[in-house]
Amino acid sequence: MTTINIDGSDYEVAAGENLLKAALSHHQDLPYFCWHPSLGSVGACRQCAVVQYQNPEDTRGRLVMACMTPVVDGMRVSVKAPNAVGFRAGVIEWLMENHPHDCPVCEEGGECHLQDMTVMTGHTSRRYRGQKRTFENQYLGPFLNHEMNRCITCYRCVRYYRDYAGGTDLQALGSRDRMYFGRFEDGVLDNIFAGNLVEVCPTGVFTDKPFSRTYTRKWDLQSAPSVCQGCSAGCNIFASERYGKLKRVHNRYHKDINGYFLCDRGRFGSSFVNSDLRLRQAGVRIEADLFQQVSIEAATQHLRDLADSGDVVGIGSPRASLEDNFALMSLVGEANFSCGMNDVEAAMMDQIFDLYAKTPDAVATITALERADVTLVFGDDPMNAAPRVALAIRQAARNVHFDMAVQAGVPTWQDAGVRGHAQHALSPLYIATPLPTGLDDVARQTSHAAPADLAVLGLQIADQIASPPSDDAEGFVANIARDLLAAQHPTCVCGTASAEPAVMQAFAAIITALIKAGRKPQMLCTSAEVNSFGVRRFAGLSLQGALDRMQQGSNAMVLQNDLYRREIPAMVSAALAGAGRVLVLDSFETATANAADIVLPVTTYAEHTGTVVNCEGRAQRAYQVFEAEGQDIQPAWRWLSDFEHIDDVLHACAALPAFEGLEAVSPEAGYRTATNSRVPRATHRFSGRTAATAHVSVHEPKTSVDTDTPFSFSMEGENTGQAGALIPYVWSPGWNSNQSLFKFQQEVGGSLTGGEPGVRLGFAPSKSSADGSASSRTKPATGEVNLIPHPQTFGSDELSSLVGAIVERCAPPTLWLNPDDARALGLSSRDGATWPDAKTTYLVQLSDQVTPGNALASVGVGTGQSVLPRDAVTLIKDSAFTPPPDLIARG
Amino acid sequence: MLSQLRTIWTILKHTFSRNETVQYPEEMPYLAPRYRGRIILTRDPDGEERCVACNLCAVACPVDCIALQKTETDGGRWYPEFFRINFSRCIMCGMCEEACPTYAIQLTPDFELCEYDRPNMVYEKEHLLIDGPGKYPDYSFWHVAGKAITGKDKGTAENEKPPVQVRSLLP
Repeated sequence: MTTINIDGSDYEVAAGENLLKAALSHHQDLPYFCWHPSLGSVGACRQCAVVQYQNPEDTRGRLVMACMTPVVDGMRVSVKAPNAVGFRAGVIEWLMENHPHDCPVCEEGGECHLQDMTVMTGHTSRRYRGQKRTFENQYLGPFLNHEMNRCITCYRCVRYYRDYAGGTDLQALGSRDRMYFGRFEDGVLDNIFAGNLVEVCPTGVFTDKPFSRTYTRKWDLQSAPSVCQGCSAGCNIFASERYGKLKRVHNRYHKDINGYFLCDRGRFGSSFVNSDLRLRQAGVRIEADLFQQVSIEAATQHLRDLADSGDVVGIGSPRASLEDNFALMSLVGEANFSCGMNDVEAAMMDQIFDLYAKTPDAVATITALERADVTLVFGDDPMNAAPRVALAIRQAARNVHFDMAVQAGVPTWQDAGVRGHAQHALSPLYIATPLPTGLDDVARQTSHAAPADLAVLGLQIADQIASPPSDDAEGFVANIARDLLAAQHPTCVCGTASAEPAVMQAFAAIITALIKAGRKPQMLCTSAEVNSFGVRRFAGLSLQGALDRMQQGSNAMVLQNDLYRREIPAMVSAALAGAGRVLVLDSFETATANAADIVLPVTTYAEHTGTVVNCEGRAQRAYQVFEAEGQDIQPAWRWLSDFEHIDDVLHACAALPAFEGLEAVSPEAGYRTATNSRVPRATHRFSGRTAATAHVSVHEPKTSVDTDTPFSFSMEGENTGQAGALIPYVWSPGWNSNQSLFKFQQEVGGSLTGGEPGVRLGFAPSKSSADGSASSRTKPATGEVNLIPHPQTFGSDELSSLVGAIVERCAPPTLWLNPDDARALGLSSRDGATWPDAKTTYLVQLSDQVTPGNALASVGVGTGQSVLPRDAVTLIKDSAFTPPPDLIARG
Repeated sequence: MLSQLRTIWTILKHTFSRNETVQYPEEMPYLAPRYRGRIILTRDPDGEERCVACNLCAVACPVDCIALQKTETDGGRWYPEFFRINFSRCIMCGMCEEACPTYAIQLTPDFELCEYDRPNMVYEKEHLLIDGPGKYPDYSFWHVAGKAITGKDKGTAENEKPPVQVRSLLP
């Protein structure tokens, strides 16, 4: 630690840090623009000027940029010195010279870093009388608005987009005061982390387009801490509501998971809550295509009758919370409960559980992946499965930069210096996946093959680790083995998307070999859905077993699960047709709900409080944001159990051995802050309370009392000093933008003042005896191909695909084929191909990276199916097919 | 004795002074144009809605009696999808007018807002929006703002240079 003196007070700061970060870590109000905790310092904006004094006698000092000044023991600086204050005011005045008169019609207004800094420096009126510079805007796709007039040229956008997220199509263009931040022509920003520009831009150049359509000021939003439902990464989000609609999602900082950034699927896909397909009433089928609305009491009676029938199977869901799944499991009994994943995925989850249980210390957090010096991405493209994980891996590829900088004596936060010194050096990143990934540009070596071949490759890597290759051995396998063995933090990432247990088996072999070799590897396995790692902890039936029992006439209760997305449609239809009575609890109209006898509407993540477990085994609570519209909608656990409070369900669940320690997930409903207050969901300046519902009744409704959480449905309470899991939004006096986060952190980029949200659960070996060592796939006959599912970032996930902006971003159904196979089948690039039983025609893309005999097919939106046939199929050319235009085109 | 006589004299004297009572409502009092009464939404000189749904009136309102929702025309103009004032809560303080950056919301000298039913005191946009510019006949926010809308491209607002030619290499 180092001691520095700011304006007469001594502060302990971390040695080697820059002065700006040190000052902010002590919650000083020091304006800045171009600096960002994840992007480092470049000293471009000149806004963080302070006066540094030479020695105790020095009274004049000199102006320095705090972000570019390393802290030195005993240094004396002043933030409040008149010449520093004057300089900062001058910088703002000059930045505002061309700033348009837009605040009332700007989506950033009220949470704008530029507004905050302008007020903070005291600049109130524009003295400059010259004309304002203007720019034309660009179309940037369905997610982002572009308003270049508002730009202050801080360069944060390109530094984030290009340097951090690895995008290529956003540039700083032009010269002198014509600097333009955009694409070389209009078009969709193709990086899947582009949405973070909304939060990275200190003003309103890049704003959230879907949010803008039904815009609400930050102060009018009712928010709660939540967890993204897009994948198993479990990124923390602020979900915000107004007038009964989920308006937007912002990043909620978590030191070990998402840090400062989200992916676009999470940010823009979380508003599925507002879908037109929402179920709002309970219904009982009276005719083939006709449901009759029934009351809550009648619906509950139907549910009781079914539960008491003695022969009922319960099918849970990896997209439902632990509490909901637990309530269903308790109702139907463990022996009749299935976790709702298909058997292949369940087997892979069991393999992950076995591996995690065997090597608990090796399970990495997502931000720990950023510290890896050698990374192996194996079997699954994290850009599609869990995009935030891929962003962390991209940072790992840069680690060598920091080592080189330290050797050269350059501070690691000196962004331009570090990059300039390291040039194009990259830490070793190896990728072994079925198709090229979005990380291939920073990979040292890649190998793309069908999952069954990847499994073989993995076992070879494990063998090489066990018997290290000689130094001059060449080749993919030898290089990986050598680098992993030499690494400080050898890191391996895998996932379940390949639907091939042999891949996971090989991955486990690599980890085991590394541990046997005395290394300390880090690993992370991802899955497709938010609570896969939670629901798989419940023992019970396999999905196949459950469907078999349904086919033989058992009654069934299906919880938030569209079975047609889990198994071959014919199999599901047969089960639903054979079943006695089928009760579906879901938030949306799904194919399964349409085939049910009784449908009960349940709340989504934004309308109830629920616990989910992410891929690191971290249980986290997503708190209720607002009350669901519709009298019949209630959380599934309320339909299914007699528990009074969500905490009671959690306690009962925590009593199961698989959930030991779950109670610590977050503070209970009785938690109050130091001043004995609740935490408010609404900001202190929430407007319109006496008018918002006045058209319905002029008498203001009584504010609902939340009996399940420590939050209030109003502005009453205190949003400071609470536990880290209970931050509903960030705001601090003078800091209206999301930059106020540092006031909630112990130090910038460190832990939250109230501690990290969530609790990591242990893993126990699975009870299943499935042997996944051999590939289940056989070699296809001539003229046939094995179909391999290839999930997409946009469109393959069930929930986010309900959002219009996400659908706009989806690629057409695509089939990737090896050119040799294609030639044999008479197919060429951009032809249409299909197979018997396929629901649509696929666009053919040729890639010599596809192993002959295999075809990778996208799943989800547009394809009409999420489960592909497991047997080899014959592809048929669809000559009537017209290829769709390219995705990245002007809108 | 003297005091009583003086009191009688004073009272009798009033018989001949001018009557202060106004025969309201037959006789209407004069109220200054800046009197703070019933709230209206005005239009700009082009006849378009001035309100851009920025929410500043709602947040300035001390009794929280204004609620609105922003939406947008195809041409890019922001406007309120609904705009509701609950006059049974309004205290006619004029903070909304002071906060309004577009002169859309204005208070008028009409104070006669009595109703038998409280729900009738809830005014929607159709009740609030008038056809003229109110007290500020000339101001048009969109001609000052930098955001482009149909009929006003980039660089054509007041005091703006034409849009930058990004591809220019001139020094």
